[in-house]
Amino acid sequence: MSWCFREDSAANGKDVKRMSDNSNDVDWKIICGRMAGVLVLLAGILFAAGLCLADSPKDNSVPSIFEPRSTPAESIRHLSFFVLSVTGLIFAVVFILLAFAIVKFRSKSGDRGGEPAQVYGSTQIELAWTVIPILIVAVLFAATAQMIHAIQDAPKPKEAVEVTAIGHQFWWEFRYPKLGIVTANELHVPVSDPAHPTPTFLRLLSADTDHSFWVPQLAGKTDLIPNHPNETWLDPHETGLFLGQCAQYCGTQHAKMLLRVYVDSPEDFNVWVRRQQQATNQDERGAAGRHVFETTACVNCHAVGGTNGTGRFGPDLTHMMSRHTIASGAADNTPENLRLWIQNPDAIKPGSLMPAMKLNDADLDALVRYLETLQ
Amino acid sequence: MSSNAMTIQDVAAPDRTWTQVLHEWVTTVDHKRLGVLYILYALVFLVIAGFEAAIIRIQLIRPHNDFVSPQVFNRMFTMHGTTMIFFVAMPILFGFANYLVPLMIGARDMAFPRLNAFSFWLTAFGGFLLYFSFLGGNGLYGAGNAPDVGWWAYAPLTSRAFSPGHSSEYWTIALLVSGFGSMGTAVNIIATIISMRCPGMTLSRMPLFAWLNLTMAGMVFLVIGPLTAAQLMLCVDRYLGGHFFDTQAGGSATLWMHFFWIFGHPEVYVLVIPAFAFLSEIIPVFSRKPIFGYPVMVGATICIGFVSMTVWAHHMFTIGMNSYANSFFAITTMVVGIPTGIKIFNWLGTMWGGRLQFKTPMLFCMGFLFQFLIAGLTGIMLSAAPFNWQLSGSYFVVAHFHYVIVGGILFALFGAFYYWYPKIIGRMLNETLGKLHFWLFFIGFHLCFDLMHIPGLLGMPRRIYTYEPGRGWETLNLLVTIGAFIQGIAILVFVVNMIISYFKGAKAGNDPWDAWTLEWSVSSPPPAYNFASIPTVASRRPLWDLKHPEDPDSHYD
Amino acid sequence: MSVIATPLSEAKGEWTLPYRGTVGMACLIFAEASIFTIFVVAYLFYVGKSLSGPTPREVLETPILGTICLLSSSLTVHLATKFLYLGRRTGFLSLWFITIVLGGIFLFGTGREWHRLIYEHGLTISTNLFGTTYYSLVGLHATHVVVGLLLLAVVFLFGLAGRVGPEQTKRAEVLSLYWHFVDGVWVVVFTVVYILGR
Repeated sequence: MSWCFREDSAANGKDVKRMSDNSNDVDWKIICGRMAGVLVLLAGILFAAGLCLADSPKDNSVPSIFEPRSTPAESIRHLSFFVLSVTGLIFAVVFILLAFAIVKFRSKSGDRGGEPAQVYGSTQIELAWTVIPILIVAVLFAATAQMIHAIQDAPKPKEAVEVTAIGHQFWWEFRYPKLGIVTANELHVPVSDPAHPTPTFLRLLSADTDHSFWVPQLAGKTDLIPNHPNETWLDPHETGLFLGQCAQYCGTQHAKMLLRVYVDSPEDFNVWVRRQQQATNQDERGAAGRHVFETTACVNCHAVGGTNGTGRFGPDLTHMMSRHTIASGAADNTPENLRLWIQNPDAIKPGSLMPAMKLNDADLDALVRYLETLQ
Repeated sequence: MSSNAMTIQDVAAPDRTWTQVLHEWVTTVDHKRLGVLYILYALVFLVIAGFEAAIIRIQLIRPHNDFVSPQVFNRMFTMHGTTMIFFVAMPILFGFANYLVPLMIGARDMAFPRLNAFSFWLTAFGGFLLYFSFLGGNGLYGAGNAPDVGWWAYAPLTSRAFSPGHSSEYWTIALLVSGFGSMGTAVNIIATIISMRCPGMTLSRMPLFAWLNLTMAGMVFLVIGPLTAAQLMLCVDRYLGGHFFDTQAGGSATLWMHFFWIFGHPEVYVLVIPAFAFLSEIIPVFSRKPIFGYPVMVGATICIGFVSMTVWAHHMFTIGMNSYANSFFAITTMVVGIPTGIKIFNWLGTMWGGRLQFKTPMLFCMGFLFQFLIAGLTGIMLSAAPFNWQLSGSYFVVAHFHYVIVGGILFALFGAFYYWYPKIIGRMLNETLGKLHFWLFFIGFHLCFDLMHIPGLLGMPRRIYTYEPGRGWETLNLLVTIGAFIQGIAILVFVVNMIISYFKGAKAGNDPWDAWTLEWSVSSPPPAYNFASIPTVASRRPLWDLKHPEDPDSHYD
Repeated sequence: MSVIATPLSEAKGEWTLPYRGTVGMACLIFAEASIFTIFVVAYLFYVGKSLSGPTPREVLETPILGTICLLSSSLTVHLATKFLYLGRRTGFLSLWFITIVLGGIFLFGTGREWHRLIYEHGLTISTNLFGTTYYSLVGLHATHVVVGLLLLAVVFLFGLAGRVGPEQTKRAEVLSLYWHFVDGVWVVVFTVVYILGR
């Protein structure tokens, strides 16, 4: 195989057919106009994008991966900036070459009938554009591997809070084994001071299908897979509420398997823990409703401390009023929503596994009043 | 002559009834007709899957929308993905390969014409079976109907416990059947290229189109096997009480993931390599130069074929593999970007110093180059595993792969349509409508898929039928939907162009583009027997040699 | 048979390319090999992971006779095609027939083994992971043996009718390639199930 090229002149004079005829007499102006149009379009899109990205409000309502508040998420952002710079550079170089080639080498009206130099290739150029990418890959990989180890193989300090997260269709179960707490959907963790870190390590399990725990501002996502325990960790540096949701399609209501992570100051966290550890108070107001609870199918799925309800299929309701939402974030925790959820779950989360309980109004009111006592 | 495969005159010929024409088409074993059948079949499913996408985008146009129920939405994204991969992309690429490979290598037909027909009808049946699920899948109330497990059908969501009824069977068996069809076509492509090249056409003188389809076909064997095996295992689980993926019995959900992605990742290279093939034929002709670095292009493609078999778990970075496994798959994924990048540079090198003609086929190729570059770079971003832990399972990934498949493969396909339609039909497609199609589609594509990356960066997962307000996702989703509809309009322009040009397009003649490979040496459309006498070639560009006898390529071989 | 093209000789000489039947069969073998590989991987992955039920060590008996028959059938089919090439039709037909018989003995042995496993040991495909992977892998192989025997039988019948001659040798060789593949897979399955898996 020869790598040479040969001169233009060989093909001159031969009648080349329809192709290189006057239909290609395109103006400089039109070409430049079109390229400018493309650039304006893309710039417009980028601008719109920028606008949408720009207003990341301080209240963490937009779970952007570029607003990290915890070490794993911060490390990832660090790596991402590096990767973005490298890929951005590659894009700029290749795009400029492409644009230049399109403008400089387009056929002009003066080329009647001639064919350009028929170049077959060039070993040096091929080597160059093989070696340079190899070097780029080597650098990228070094950064990536280092980050993988830093995050995945991080040691667990003694002060770490341990949580077991169990994914269900379509809600989250959170257990704090060392603290004797069982709760659902809303995770409370203490803020972590970089000087004396108190990260939270989560052991991830699943009771049914695959799920994924994703709170972008706190960490990358890790899946919850049955028969395949996983682990993740986060050490939030700021208090506040952080939003996330299930990120692995798990069935009909995957979309509403929402996550709320409350990062508390150490004092607030202790208050919350103590509240969760308390036994339920036997409030008189709830006696009738408690009777309904204990004699209906509710107890098959739900547990409430101090009652005969020990079901594990649905969330533990012992301290359900300490949560701001119900149905894994699908609705706010208000008496009206609670009533609706029990009577007709499909109105809030169609396809969830909560059955409509078909209670009469009196029982339903009593039950809701009872649940409202589960502080 | 009545023996012509598809001359336009026959449509008006009085002595053939429509039943006879239909019979000829249904029983044909001619690679050209089968190629056309594949392409038409794929275009019909492209429209159907496009409607599914439209439903998805309408539902997501604002938060808490109720255009469709979650059950319907989940079926829509499952069917959209499954249809597009298996019943649009694969058939259409097989169709082009079927039509062009024998012509390009100087053969009269594929190696096994009847197997060819059988493979087409198997694939076609698979598609019908999948869609029959809408009607026939209904089992118990709420069970059945079309599959709704996502196009990867992860276990244990597909187990009997979580997918009652028969919807998952429709997914499994439709793909199993069409997988056999794909294997049959791949056998044909390889056997044809190895055993039926015309005299003088050594492997190093074949058009790159043939080389790339050869590689693609080889990959199909390595790739469809794991999918078939996994699907058989799923059937054993669902029907015979097996435990391959039954986590309650000690089975492994991640085993399905590994098997599926061992298929799934090389599959996307199976789809993109024929797109590379289109580019490698079109760009040289419209640059008026031979392809830059032919041997390197061949080597890079084969390299891609092999390396792509080692990257599959980059779809599984979040499942909790240990850091060594994650690092391994990160580096292999980055490495596969190297030969891919080399190909982009070689296309650039072909254009460099040429005399570029921006007819519609070339416009689409330019779109491909621009967009595939970006798609490849977002792929590099995804290969950095920790970055992947944020990006995977989100709209960033959805944007990335649509960038490859729509911005890359579909653009290349459009280019191929404009380039080879004259050969297949005998008439040129309208240039003005072609340019309108290009620009409309380009604008709609960028509006839709550029912006789609951003909700992913802002925490929006994929496969959700609705989303919460106040997370910064609303406006972006609205604009993405608008972009989707603009693309739909562009496709309408394309369809109109194909129909109008069929009747009114300018006659193409043998060689409207002044090209150099053997298919341009026969009439448009070619006769049923392809070549009056089998040609003998002495270089990679036999028609260049004929047109430039004073300076043929064969002097430099 | 080489699947690399012979380059065009400078003189206006030969242009021979590999026989398409062999290429096609090689492709099919390649594809089937990838399917079997996945079943083997699943089998090996699940060794020792069953939560209950009979284990391989408890219930498996090494099918020595069946294996010897199957592997010898590769020899007989190979000799049969040689005889066909030489035009010795009776030799071809007898050896071809013996191949079918040997394959049949193997299948019969597999059937007997399955009968024993199901009725004496209660091991079915749904019993545990071992049952699932064992029956799937061995069953997949047995299916390929059945298909192979059917194809061999068809050729045998054509042979009896006098329609198979030396000019069909290439086609017979292509089919014998398939049979060699089936035997090769058995070597792997045997090793994995009866040696490694125990």
